[in-house]
Amino acid sequence: MKKTKILLGVAVITVAGFFALAADHMDAPAVTGGTNDITDFYAFQGQDNNNIVFVTNVQALLSPTDTQSAMFDENTMIEINIDTNGDAVEDLVIQAIPKDGKMYFFGPVAPAQAGLMSTVRTSGMASSVAITKPGANATIVTNAGMSFFAGPRDDPFFFDVDQYKAIIAGTATGFENPGTDTYAGTNVMSVVVEVPKSMIGGTGSINSWVETKRKQ
Amino acid sequence: MKFNNMKIAAIAVLISLTAYNCSNDDDSNGPKDPEFSGNYVQEDQMARPAINTVFVAMAQKDAFNVTVPSKQGAAYQASFESRLLALNPGYTTNALGMDAATFTGALATDVLTVSLDGTTTFFDGTNVLTGRTLADDVIDVELLLIFGGPMGADNGTLSSDNVDANDKPFLSSFPYLATPHM
Repeated sequence: MKKTKILLGVAVITVAGFFALAADHMDAPAVTGGTNDITDFYAFQGQDNNNIVFVTNVQALLSPTDTQSAMFDENTMIEINIDTNGDAVEDLVIQAIPKDGKMYFFGPVAPAQAGLMSTVRTSGMASSVAITKPGANATIVTNAGMSFFAGPRDDPFFFDVDQYKAIIAGTATGFENPGTDTYAGTNVMSVVVEVPKSMIGGTGSINSWVETKRKQ
Repeated sequence: MKFNNMKIAAIAVLISLTAYNCSNDDDSNGPKDPEFSGNYVQEDQMARPAINTVFVAMAQKDAFNVTVPSKQGAAYQASFESRLLALNPGYTTNALGMDAATFTGALATDVLTVSLDGTTTFFDGTNVLTGRTLADDVIDVELLLIFGGPMGADNGTLSSDNVDANDKPFLSSFPYLATPHM
């Protein structure tokens, strides 16, 4: 009996560790499998060199079938944080919140307060875009030099997670060549925002990160 | 004039009634933007890829997600260093010349630095941590910095996963990500 319990404990830890291995896909127990689980965050210069693109992906490993019914969570805010003065505290935020088939965007705007709790900066309403349906062409809205998209996309992340797990578990000593992309053939729910650099500091460097926050 | 005053009075009464009732459907007359009141509390966060996944102990992963970046360095550097040395007991320095304390100190404050002045890349052979593009092989960069040693030549079978690109090509224009698998 005791042994069974111990074995079960080991199994639980192993399974938890098993799933918690990717960019940020399923990174922690409280968010794994949830609509609030961030899988990846990207920030790069746009096709127009005067712009920066922020990509936030949520909901890991959606199969084509899962994707048909995948939804953004209306109680989850996606908040891109931008630190313009190097203290790792956000000076600007871009907030994205889904309602009734549309993604609403606010910012870049100073947050009401920095930190773990946010309110929607409705005075900084930037635009809204219809959430693109699976299989449909991407709906893109532009406003004031910014561009907006929300909907399912191919997961851009690539990694042989299965072999990494085997290495960490001690059942393999190295990666294979060629490796196998665990994320091939899977989708994520994606929010893409492109903003003029002039709205987020202009020159130099910024620090950025993304958060999901749940309405209380 | 008198009629206007009555109207204002009526509106005032209506507003006070609505406010008293805390009604949520006071914008039911026609299509309007939905209301966005309330407090939103943090559940997940991310900047650089795989930081929570690789460096944070299982029991602390949820806590890491709700620690603001400005407090992460002090709270997590030491445990990141232990984790690094557990993954690679032979770690001395990496290809960026960082010893274990310096490297984990840089990682523990999990923010993604983004240049507004030019090339944005996780690492392209020249530029280091000036952003993250879709095509950046971020896992190989991190494996190389963890396992590759000072010259990037150590632990060859651990310093790349040999998956170098996405399964679908990216777009050159907005929204940049490939269409979903259907």
